[in-house]
Amino acid sequence: MSEVKSLKESLEYGKTFDCVQCGYCLPACPTYETMEKETHSPRGRINMIKMVAEGKASLEDLEEPIEKCLGCMACTTVCPTDVQYGDLLEAAKETLENNRTKSKRQQKTEDFLFGSFFPSSSWMTRLGNATWLYQVSGLQKAANTLRMTSMAPLHLGEFEKVIPAQPSPKERKQRNRRVKPDGTSTAKVAFFTGCVMDSVFFRTNQNTVELLRLSGAEVILPEKQTCCGALHAHSGKVEMAREQAMENIKAFEEEDVDYIVNNAGGCGARLIEYDHMFEEGTDWHKRALAFKEKVKDISEVLVELDNLEFSKEVSKEITYQPSCHMSNVQRVKEPPRLLMENIPGLTLKEMNNPDFCCGSAGIYNIVNYEDSMDILDVKMADVKRAEPEAIVTTNPGCLLQMKLGVEREGKGGDMQAVHLVDLLMEAEPRPRS
Amino acid sequence: MSGWITKLKENIPEKQILTDTADRFSYSFDASFGEYLPEAVVQVKNKEETVHVLKTANQYMVPVTPRGQSTSLSGGPLPVKGGIVLDMSQWPETIDVFADDLIAIVSPSVLTADINKTVEPHGLMYPPDPSSAHVCTIGGNLAENSGGPRGLKYGVTKDYVIGLEVVTPEGEIMKTGGRTIKNVTGFDLTKLIIGSEGTLGVITEATVKLVPKPPAVQTLMAVFDDVELAGEATSKTLTSGILPSKMEFVDQECIKAVENYNPIGLPVEAAAILIIELDGHPEAIQMETEQVQKIMEELEASATQIPETEEEAAKIWQARKLVSPAIATIKPTKVSEDATVPRSKIGPMMGRLQAIKEKYNVDIVVFGHAGDGNLHPDVMCDKRDTEEMERVENAVAEIFEAAIDLGGTLSGEHGIGTMKSAFMEQELGPVGVDMMKRIKAAWDPSNILNPGKIFPEKGQTKLVLRDE
Repeated sequence: MSEVKSLKESLEYGKTFDCVQCGYCLPACPTYETMEKETHSPRGRINMIKMVAEGKASLEDLEEPIEKCLGCMACTTVCPTDVQYGDLLEAAKETLENNRTKSKRQQKTEDFLFGSFFPSSSWMTRLGNATWLYQVSGLQKAANTLRMTSMAPLHLGEFEKVIPAQPSPKERKQRNRRVKPDGTSTAKVAFFTGCVMDSVFFRTNQNTVELLRLSGAEVILPEKQTCCGALHAHSGKVEMAREQAMENIKAFEEEDVDYIVNNAGGCGARLIEYDHMFEEGTDWHKRALAFKEKVKDISEVLVELDNLEFSKEVSKEITYQPSCHMSNVQRVKEPPRLLMENIPGLTLKEMNNPDFCCGSAGIYNIVNYEDSMDILDVKMADVKRAEPEAIVTTNPGCLLQMKLGVEREGKGGDMQAVHLVDLLMEAEPRPRS
Repeated sequence: MSGWITKLKENIPEKQILTDTADRFSYSFDASFGEYLPEAVVQVKNKEETVHVLKTANQYMVPVTPRGQSTSLSGGPLPVKGGIVLDMSQWPETIDVFADDLIAIVSPSVLTADINKTVEPHGLMYPPDPSSAHVCTIGGNLAENSGGPRGLKYGVTKDYVIGLEVVTPEGEIMKTGGRTIKNVTGFDLTKLIIGSEGTLGVITEATVKLVPKPPAVQTLMAVFDDVELAGEATSKTLTSGILPSKMEFVDQECIKAVENYNPIGLPVEAAAILIIELDGHPEAIQMETEQVQKIMEELEASATQIPETEEEAAKIWQARKLVSPAIATIKPTKVSEDATVPRSKIGPMMGRLQAIKEKYNVDIVVFGHAGDGNLHPDVMCDKRDTEEMERVENAVAEIFEAAIDLGGTLSGEHGIGTMKSAFMEQELGPVGVDMMKRIKAAWDPSNILNPGKIFPEKGQTKLVLRDE
């Protein structure tokens, strides 16, 4: 009995009652489309959470439906009764995580990945540097030829092929942590670098800082910042995610800035929900609210500062793949499109159903590789119909996934995937005043 | 595992037969009440597989409950006797338009809204428009004979189906009707199957009738300080020689809920609003709009609004769309009713609902399709509160009674399913119910298809919304 009671609590049973099972979420759910069963739909998952909380089904039964959810939150944009699906999903993941027995080796790997690897900028830098060494040394070519990477566990080899050229360790080290505009500064912003962005897409991060600087902002990169905690929370490690939130709040309180800017849709979605992690009325909750007020995506800030003009024509036909977490959680939809409209020569060819997730979803494409590829195939079919020269995204996970999609379709030669920030830089922006 | 599962696997790919606990629970519910665990879910994708399921089910005496996307509000797809849930939603979707014949032939899994999207470029329209059209399947609509706001002018699903391909309860393939508008060859089995809630056959293909798409639409909103006057204004409009395509009613409780949920500037002081849509030739509807406005004003509408742009019109309809989510914030559980009365009885029905609300001290909000007498009194409650739920059960029973008293019916468009079966005799009398049962027995001698629906179970005299 006590177990049933505690499951009701930890699974946020009360919130399942907001779902009236109308099914309006079904057409929005990518996994319902590719996996073809209600078990992998938002309504089905919520029902399973309820059944487990009521003791009718077991936690084990809940595992697959929850693990196979992308967490894209598309369902929350069409839900007529405003079910707090994000909270339910996270609670289910945490409950599963806390009740799972794992092998020692698995535990050790996870401890390393989540405890040391993602939160650590030095590890992330090391990953970036190692990738750089690997690429410049010619090892990459050799490994590809020998098909070594395809033997790596978790299909990491597939991703390895699409990682961009890395900057040298020297370039990383020389980064400026405080950058001022040429003229007077009109805003003071702090840049949240993100872990994957800062290691794998270091140059995109540098470009982000430059765009802000050209827009007239003084940019600060607080040194004590850490991982946003999204990957941890999505894996049920909520306690760790909370600690990271606290660390970040502290790090960004040190400077009095107008905005806390990020360029990763997934990180941004986490940052603006920091207040959910603390009990209302507590000091941390207040600090989290003050923090999230300032969190903005780079595209929002550039539109707001409105001080860029693009001097070079970019005669390209592109399509835009919005980040789910940016559209559905941050609810930022227009700014990226507004910015692209200002690039001379650029043509945006909308694909069918752009809001359908690409299947990247944090580390979903690593842990649920096959399922992720099914979703990517649906996405690429829509991309191909739009016939773009480039796919523009606003999140590192989506960017890697789209690059992978291009490779899988054998379009490596004539289609690129780029981050919005890099596309903007390609158009050689200049301050208007 | 049971012999019948092994038998099913002989002709159906294993991937389409689901027996995991999580899968079974995921097909145990719909948008109404209760959950019933099936023993297996079979996702059929063609008629041969459907035949195999039904033949096997007859051989092993296993109940089969057909299911579309399970948006039903009456319990139609609930496997109340266990057995097999026959999931039709993964069937390949096909819509073949024959513009010259003004028909389309569709597969059962097609989403209702997709039919319209497909026929629109041909200048045609498939009128039935249930509010879940973008989610629900045409197969489900056919089984439940779904309606929608446009029912006022255009009728409901059954008015648009002229031919069917059906797998009978015993697993034979049968064709009914055809592709002509006129067809009096034999009994009209098409119409018998439409609305039979999956008890007489599994629909595997339908031929639907299309109409020319009206070239223009115009919306009008009228605000009333008196509910009865809103009812009168509805009747007056319909007897004035004008037939609007939609006449939707929203009561004060709903208006307030919408304004709380998403403030869009609705008149919260008003007792009710009517949202009317006219369709047809632009010049004709312009004249009709003026006429309707005059009628509204004669019946003391405190305000009328005629939107000038499509966006403004969309905003008004947005208010109607927001009713469902908004009222869900009043209380978590919604018992959606669709008791329907003759159009002239809308006023009296509103009075009866008010009395029921007070008598049982329950939250009843009313909105719906005033133009065809199909109101939606929704009882807002909390199913965890058993004392309240008992009052709700009694209130619902009395809503049905009121509708029948006024010459109306238990259900205008949701179907009987499990939710209203206890009240069948009240409306149809013992002979009527018995005749239906005899038809069912003739079609389905082993009672394989969707048992436990439409007809009350032994000893079932009332609606039960509480867990026993």
